Parts: sequence; structure tokens; C-alpha cells
Amino acid sequence: MLLAFDTSSAAVTVALADPVSGNVLGSSTTVDALRHGELLAPAIAEVLATAGVGVKELTKIAVGTGPGPFTGLRVGLVTARTMADVLGIEVVGVCSLDILAKQSSLALPVAVATDARRKEIYWALYDGPAADGSRRRLEGPAVDKPAEVAHVLAGLPVIGRGAVLYGEVLGATATGASAGSAAGTIGAVGDEPEVVEYPSAEVLATGVVTGTLQVTAPDPLYLRRPDVTMSGGPKSVLPK
Amino acid sequence: MSENEPLILGIETSCDETGVGLVRGHTLLADAIASSVDEHARFGGVVPEVASRAHLEAMVPTIRRACETAGVKPSDVDAIAVTSGPGLAGALLVGVAAAKGLALSLDKPLYGVNHLAAHVAVDTLEHGELPKGAVAMLVSGGHSSLLAVEDITEGVEPMGSTIDDAAGEAFDKVARVLGLPFPGGPYVDKAARDGGDRAYVTFPRGLTSQRDLERHRFDFSFSGLKTAVARWVEAKRRDGEDVPVNHVAAAFQEAVCDVLTRKAIDACKDRGYEHLLIGGGVAANSRLRQMAEERCAAAGIAVRVPRPGLCTDNGAMVAALGSELVRAGKTPSPLGLPADSSMPITTVLN
Repeated sequence: MLLAFDTSSAAVTVALADPVSGNVLGSSTTVDALRHGELLAPAIAEVLATAGVGVKELTKIAVGTGPGPFTGLRVGLVTARTMADVLGIEVVGVCSLDILAKQSSLALPVAVATDARRKEIYWALYDGPAADGSRRRLEGPAVDKPAEVAHVLAGLPVIGRGAVLYGEVLGATATGASAGSAAGTIGAVGDEPEVVEYPSAEVLATGVVTGTLQVTAPDPLYLRRPDVTMSGGPKSVLPK
Repeated sequence: MSENEPLILGIETSCDETGVGLVRGHTLLADAIASSVDEHARFGGVVPEVASRAHLEAMVPTIRRACETAGVKPSDVDAIAVTSGPGLAGALLVGVAAAKGLALSLDKPLYGVNHLAAHVAVDTLEHGELPKGAVAMLVSGGHSSLLAVEDITEGVEPMGSTIDDAAGEAFDKVARVLGLPFPGGPYVDKAARDGGDRAYVTFPRGLTSQRDLERHRFDFSFSGLKTAVARWVEAKRRDGEDVPVNHVAAAFQEAVCDVLTRKAIDACKDRGYEHLLIGGGVAANSRLRQMAEERCAAAGIAVRVPRPGLCTDNGAMVAALGSELVRAGKTPSPLGLPADSSMPITTVLN
């Protein structure tokens, strides 16, 4: 059995799939940006129990590698690595933006943009879907200010949370993100906005089984260095 | 005896050490540590995000190393213990998530434990059963506390703690002023031992005046001491004089150890306890160990200090506390266990 999960967004999403057919046997998604560490393990236990699958029946683990907020992202990665190591099974990573791109049903090239905080977005560009449903990543993943990459994303439907937050900056011709909509697509041709806000572990699981998502090592895509300031030496403590 | 006791794996990631220990009963089987301290040294202190990234990379290799050293398989483990707090939130979370991954995969109980209580419990690995009734003094870069411990599995009672800097923090800051590397503790200790004159300067002993003792009998303060050292050194440099690093290090260390041991012994007397346990990174300081031995002997108090390698943060101490909790039949933690960066010392098991 393939166990898949992603903690790169505000959602903790878990799915279990048949390793041959890719059929999803169970899944769980909870949106709570501050409790990844508390939610993931119980969600895995529950998905396994509900599907009647024992942990020793797992044959592979797939995990979203971000980019995303570091603290939550690491919860998924360290869980995947330790579980796979002690179970003696394979673990693979998938760029979380690739999962989002695959969630779009649009038959067009798309851009994916997620919330990188600090008024920035994580983004990547994708080709239109191939016959098997896979999408080739053309650029990214990268992290930038929305205004700085608006020209790169111009004219493309934008998938993900970044579209909700920075719709106006990213595409003046946005048609999909109407006011009050939780949808994560703008600039879509047609009038049915897609709701693609968070990566789905179900899509991750089936994509890995069918080979329509590109797998990597389970390593974090941080894209930013840690915030550190070099010490300038001790400050004076004598009265001036 | 020992072979029938459960095998406990302990994980520690509250600061910059990724520690994985294996303990059976009171027997230490493995204590694997990966430290990111070198990555922090150039910043003059621990950078939380740097520490968290290092924990993720070190976790699986450290678990493997611990199992290899002990000659056991992960499936031999009977319970998982992990530091759930207090500490750096992002760093703690890596260890807690890894521990849950192990507990899930091995279908074994999980115990989320208090880092400070683990510093007390680690002494069982060196000196066996803890005494019934002891004062524990925990001194590290993040903590300086006096605790009353009747039964470590039931809880500990805080008697006092630092009201500003931790003792280890004062060592780091004074080391910086003296131009010594980070972390300061071992370098200040070495400078003092290399011919330092403890009486060269008398630096202030925080919260020891009669007036302070009324309100802060078992509390510590090291911020004023640190500033006094900095002022003294800076004034020398301003006047174009050489700073006798060894003497300043020795005199500063003397002030810290004097206050720590005086208050620890006073706490023992207050409770009528005949045992003092010392733990935490500063417990590796040679002058503190020496002074504690001398003063406790004079006061009729038995002092227990683990060897320096077990005083600093490690996974064995977490496994040691886990071992005590399992033996006491405590209820394991739920899989929803949080990482609790400000976990109170009164909570031993989350």
C-alpha cells in the first residue's frame, strides 16, 4: 500500500492508495496552519484504521517536499523519513507545487502560486496536460514578490493560494477569483473557477502510482536561507 | 534482571543537539548525538531555523547509529520517549514528529516528556535509583532551576529559578566579551584552569543580599554579573591595559559557582534532603563540580553529578526518564502530542 501525505500548506492531507491501480482507499484533510505536528500522526493512524490496513502492509511512502512554511513542511518530511526507515520501505518526495498543478483540470498551461508569507509567493510554471494527465514543469519552483514575477505569469491561469491573495497583482484579467470566492484560480478561460487551494494527498498518491508526478528524494525545498544576522561583537556597557 | 526490562528509545531535539538514546532499565546501551553547534558558532548563539534544519537531516542517521551501537533493531524497542518541551518550538517539533513516526510504525507507546525532568533522570544511568527526596539543580544555556524531587515520575516542584539570564547564557556572554569562542562554557572553564586567579577580582553574587534573600531565596540572577564583567573588561581596554583573560574567567566562574552551590545547599537544608543532583550543560564545569563536592561534603549532603557527556543535552536522558515512567506504569501520550515550547516544569509527562 502507498501512504501519501503533504504538510507544505495550511492543510494536513493524508491518503492511502493501492500501489498497482492507484485507487484511493482512504483519505483525510484538515486545514489548520498551526497544528501540523499534532494532526499528522493521528490522521495517518485513522486513515489506516478506517481502510483496515496495517502499518506493516505499507510498501511505499510519498511526501510533499514543499516549498512551504518550514516548520510544518518538516513535520511531513521527518515523519516520512523515519517511518520509511524503520519499516524498511521506499520513500519518495514530490514538489508540492507539482501536486497543485496536477489538481487543475484546465487543458491549458498553468501557473501555480502559493503563499510564501512576507508578501511573497512560491511559484512555478507548467505546460498543458499530456495525454496521461502529467504536466511538465517549465520554470520554478522559486520564491519572489508577486509584482516581480507578474510578467512571467501574465496570461496564465494561476492555481493555488497565491491566486487568492494576490489575484490583482498577478493578473489584471482575472476572471476566476470573484470577491469572496475561496477559489484558487484566476485568469481561467470560462466562468467556472476551480477550487485548488491546497495540495491533495489523493492526487499525490495516484500521481506517484501512475507515474504522472515526478518523484525526487524526500528533501525539503526551502528556497530561502535561514534568517540570521552576523554578530557585530559585544555592545559597550560603559556609560557614554 | 536488566534483560527483562523494556527497551526504551529516547529522542531529544529541544536545542542544537539531535540525540537518540537507548536504555534498558538503568542501563545505557547507546547515546548517539549529532550536534549543529559548529553551524551556530559563527553567529554567537543558536539560530533556531539552522538547528531545525540540522535536526531533520540528522534524525534518521542518528536513530540508525544508536541502534547499531546498542546492537538492536528498531523493532526490538518497547517504547518511544521524546522531549516534548520546553525548548525551541521548531526544533522540538522535528523530534516529536519523528517519535510519532516511530511509534506509529512500530506500534509502540509514545511518551512525551519534560526536558528538565530528563536532565534529572539521566543520573539513574550512572548512579542507579534516584534518592527518595532530593534537590535537583539544573544549570544550562537555557535554564537555571532548583527543583524539589520526591518521585521523578510523579512530578517536580520548582523552588527557584533564574529571574533573568540562565547560567550557561552568562558563560556565553562573558566568553564573547573575553574574545573566547561559542559555546562559552568549556572555553571559560579552560581559561580559568590555565592559571586563573579566582580572587583576582570579586564579581557580584546576584540575589544573595539579606534583602534579596527574603524574596528570592532560591532564585538566581546572572545578568548583573555578566554586565559587571563586561564593564570591568571594557574599562581596562579603554585605559589601554591588558585584560588578564584567565583571571577574569576564573573570577567570573567563581561568582557563578559560589551562588549556585550556596543556594543549592540551602535548598537541601530547607527541605531536609540529604541529596543534591546536578544536571545540565553547566554541570560539566570543573569548578562547579569541585565546589559542589567540597561544600556538600561539609554540609553532610551527598552530591550526584553525571559524567559531563550525560550533563549536556542527549537522547539517553530522555530514554532514562521514559524508562522510569514505563516502570511506574504511567499512561502513554496520545499521538496528538504537541511540541510545547514553554512546557511547565511541573509537568513531567504530556
